[in-house]
Amino acid sequence: MSGANGSRWRPGSRGPAKRTPGSQLTRPWEPLWQFFNRLRPARWSAYVRDHWIGKPLVTAVPMTWLVLFFMVPFIIVFGISFSQSVLAIPPYEELLGWTDDKVLQLRLHLSNYDYLFTDSLYASSYLYSLKVAAVSTCYCLLLGYPMAYGIARATTTRRNIYLMLIILPFWTSFLLRVYAWIGLLKGNGVINNVLMALGVIHEPITMMQTDFAVYIGIVYSYLPFMILPLYSNLEKHDRTLLEAAADLGSRPWKAFMRITLPLSVPGIVAGSLLVFIPAVGEYVIPSLLGRTDQLMIGRVLSDEFFENRDWPVASAVAIAMLILLVVPIMIFQRYQNRELAHK
Amino acid sequence: MADTRTRTPEPWLDPHAQAYIRVENVSKRFGSFVAVNNVSLKIYKGEIFCLLGGSGCGKTTLLRMLAGFEQPSAGAVYIDGQDMAGIPPYERPVNMMFQSYALFPHMSVAGNVAFGLEQEKIKRAEIDRRVAEILDIVKLGEYARRKPHQLSGGQRQRVALARALVKRPKLLLLDEPLGALDRKLREHTQFELLGIQEKLGVTFVVVTHDQEEAMTLSSRVGVMNRGEIVQVGTPRQIYEFPASRFVADFIGSVNLFEGQLTEDEQDHVRVKCEELSTPVYVDHGMSAPPLALCWVAVRPEKIVLGRERPAATDNWAHGTIHDIAYMGDMTVFVVKLDSGRQVRVTQANRTRKPEEQFVWDETVYLSWDASSPVVGTG
Amino acid sequence: MIGGRKFFVPTMLAFGFAFLYVPILSMIVFSFNNSRLVTVWDHPNSPTLKWYGLLFHNDQIMGAAWLSIKIATMNACISVVLGTIAGLVLARFGRFRGRTLLAAMTTAPLVMPEVITGLAMLLLFVSMEQLIGWPAGRGVTTITIAHVTFSMAYVTVIIQSRLANFDDSLEEAAMDLGARPAKVFFRVTLPLIMPAIVSGWLLAFTLSWDDVVISQFVAGPSSTTLPMVIFSKVRLGVSPDVNALATIMVLIVATGVVLSAIVMQRQEKRRAREMQLAASD
Repeated sequence: MSGANGSRWRPGSRGPAKRTPGSQLTRPWEPLWQFFNRLRPARWSAYVRDHWIGKPLVTAVPMTWLVLFFMVPFIIVFGISFSQSVLAIPPYEELLGWTDDKVLQLRLHLSNYDYLFTDSLYASSYLYSLKVAAVSTCYCLLLGYPMAYGIARATTTRRNIYLMLIILPFWTSFLLRVYAWIGLLKGNGVINNVLMALGVIHEPITMMQTDFAVYIGIVYSYLPFMILPLYSNLEKHDRTLLEAAADLGSRPWKAFMRITLPLSVPGIVAGSLLVFIPAVGEYVIPSLLGRTDQLMIGRVLSDEFFENRDWPVASAVAIAMLILLVVPIMIFQRYQNRELAHK
Repeated sequence: MADTRTRTPEPWLDPHAQAYIRVENVSKRFGSFVAVNNVSLKIYKGEIFCLLGGSGCGKTTLLRMLAGFEQPSAGAVYIDGQDMAGIPPYERPVNMMFQSYALFPHMSVAGNVAFGLEQEKIKRAEIDRRVAEILDIVKLGEYARRKPHQLSGGQRQRVALARALVKRPKLLLLDEPLGALDRKLREHTQFELLGIQEKLGVTFVVVTHDQEEAMTLSSRVGVMNRGEIVQVGTPRQIYEFPASRFVADFIGSVNLFEGQLTEDEQDHVRVKCEELSTPVYVDHGMSAPPLALCWVAVRPEKIVLGRERPAATDNWAHGTIHDIAYMGDMTVFVVKLDSGRQVRVTQANRTRKPEEQFVWDETVYLSWDASSPVVGTG
Repeated sequence: MIGGRKFFVPTMLAFGFAFLYVPILSMIVFSFNNSRLVTVWDHPNSPTLKWYGLLFHNDQIMGAAWLSIKIATMNACISVVLGTIAGLVLARFGRFRGRTLLAAMTTAPLVMPEVITGLAMLLLFVSMEQLIGWPAGRGVTTITIAHVTFSMAYVTVIIQSRLANFDDSLEEAAMDLGARPAKVFFRVTLPLIMPAIVSGWLLAFTLSWDDVVISQFVAGPSSTTLPMVIFSKVRLGVSPDVNALATIMVLIVATGVVLSAIVMQRQEKRRAREMQLAASD
């Protein structure tokens, strides 16, 4: 009876146990099933090995969205960066066009990139952005590492409170937190007022619209991004490693340098990249707190776009910025994927 | 349909018995790695079948193919005569007890156990009745409303068992069922498991790396190595009559010698081993080409230590005692033969007489019965 | 442990927290200041709620706030759905063709400079409008799409790391007990990742509520979000009603975060106690 077709196991049936004895077909669609089963592809089992046919469908949903709204835009930016600015809507020339004698013509202008190299404004903005981002990242690390270390070593109750205090500002508006510094740093702002009242200084120090203000703004805004990856790394460390080091005669400072610090490198890399990469393209902070004589590249891009309405040059600036950031972004991605895979 | 035949205690000896589970030439490849290689198995109704092997030997992959989480790259699996190809886990009459137990943390004990029944469109009252019944069997009736994290390890194990059994599966798969329990609890649980299995008559397939667990639980053991089943037999068979050098070495401890077949008759064989003083004589025949190279395995407990030179012309060796480990119920001796080879011998401590005890550096004769050695060429 | 660290680390912690909170506190204090000069305390007339009153009568701010709430809510809902699926796919579907691409597209937005994302999104919308006529003009739709694209990346990471903490034998067990994939998802996976989904929703809401750069690129003339209004106001200098607005936002967020922290702490404690009880059974 085991070979009888009617009792064959197949998707959709709960098996022969539930069948009433004697009846060959219990459901009206059974013949259809059998027909379908005969038609099913030979590699059906390989399909179901992944448990479910719905898998590619499910995967397609976020995939489509991201390809359409994340990948395609970059291709378009890349395309337009080879175009030329014209007075039209939209204000750039199509790359592909028909000439009068019906020839499909692809026109690629390298002039935008040429322009980036010849006009010193761009080079200096790029270098300045890199410098600001690098310096801010260092400050962030110098402040964030001891904090993350302190949090990781605190008791559980305290640790939760500390973490909450780190995350809380992150939930409040970024813009408003940068704004708060204007009130502190201004010529007649809180810091100057306090220092003058205490008699430390006699006339206000200029802090607004300096590099210092930008560093403060970036460190302030991105500090949680530095602390959290560092914390999650430091928290995992096995404390007996330090005890072993002490047992083997290593002084605490040496043990820190030889054991804790090397083990926390992944956290340092992740935190630093999470600060550095967005900081290079930072727009809001330098606009509110930064210098007016030296722009950061994000501001240059935005000005090209909104003020000059030169979309191709803005695109070229964006592509150049991406090329600059592609290595750090790839390092970050590799780290991130490894971290998520090995949890 | 109606099975009126009385169950043979050893159905695998009955040529007419229908195998309940048939694994036919099953292979599983992950990329270029062969996890399971051309395995064929027959498992009979009511058995407790153990898949025994080291880590990475493919036993878990084989179990997961029975459960339906993996599909064989080649070959077929039949359960109760049904080809399982393409049938997903949720359609199979098979349930599994996971090594980690995999209890749903957000459901109570009763919720966990009821989960499987809820998938079958059974009436609520019937579900409740069956859940209560199975929880009574595993003695967890009063814990029904607790959450998994409120249970001890042994209790969780029993919830996992109840959850898998409540669906009355044709086959229960157990992945290292006792692995997460401490030693004392293991022994207790082991017998409980046997009791429940007997009561419900479910066929068990157990995966384990623990020889002791396999020996005491199972009706038969399948020893696996590198994706292949190297021997199937009762615990006694695989211990006393290992089919290959690997099995002999893997199960228990053993002394293995290389040798050459000098006599191969119907009723006996004789093997010449360079490392032993005399040839090995075994009182059963085997068929191998003359002068074939072979291995001889002698279990430590089957060797007798003596101070007198045996009268026989074979099955003994001469050496000095190199090391002694006193274990209470028995003593383990390491004897260095004249050839330099070290041999392990265990002796039960039958008396407390000091003159019967062997000491370091004593010269001794090792001998064994003609029925004890196992000879093979594989 | 010994020596300098015992002193150094707590000092840095204290300094760090002061650094984080002094600006916020000063902003709150000066929101009650009567003077238009934000940083000079007008002693006789302060504290006052004058700026709060003005704030609620400012139609531009109120309108923008309402628009931002709408966009942030839509964004959070869509991001959570897409991000959950993406996280599930990455954490549970094993290797498949395109996995690397998907993984890359869900981590890149985390660090991508906003100006680049904004520019790219706008150019896409312009090209799409030319090609297929949709989206016609720019406004709520385009802002929402742009926000979803980067918010869902955050949700994906949250879901993925939550799933990584769970053994997938839970899902296998459910399937083994007869649940079909969709049922496994709704009965087992979803309840397990619910906390992550909730925090993902909140995070997506906040990201959208907070975003100014990308919105500036993809917003149309009639759709000005709250951050855009604030940005244009504060570019011109400090203004006390922004302080009042900030205070309200900080208070709402702080209450929410503190409350949820307390609830979580309690749950954790109860759980620890129960586990201790179970072990002693």
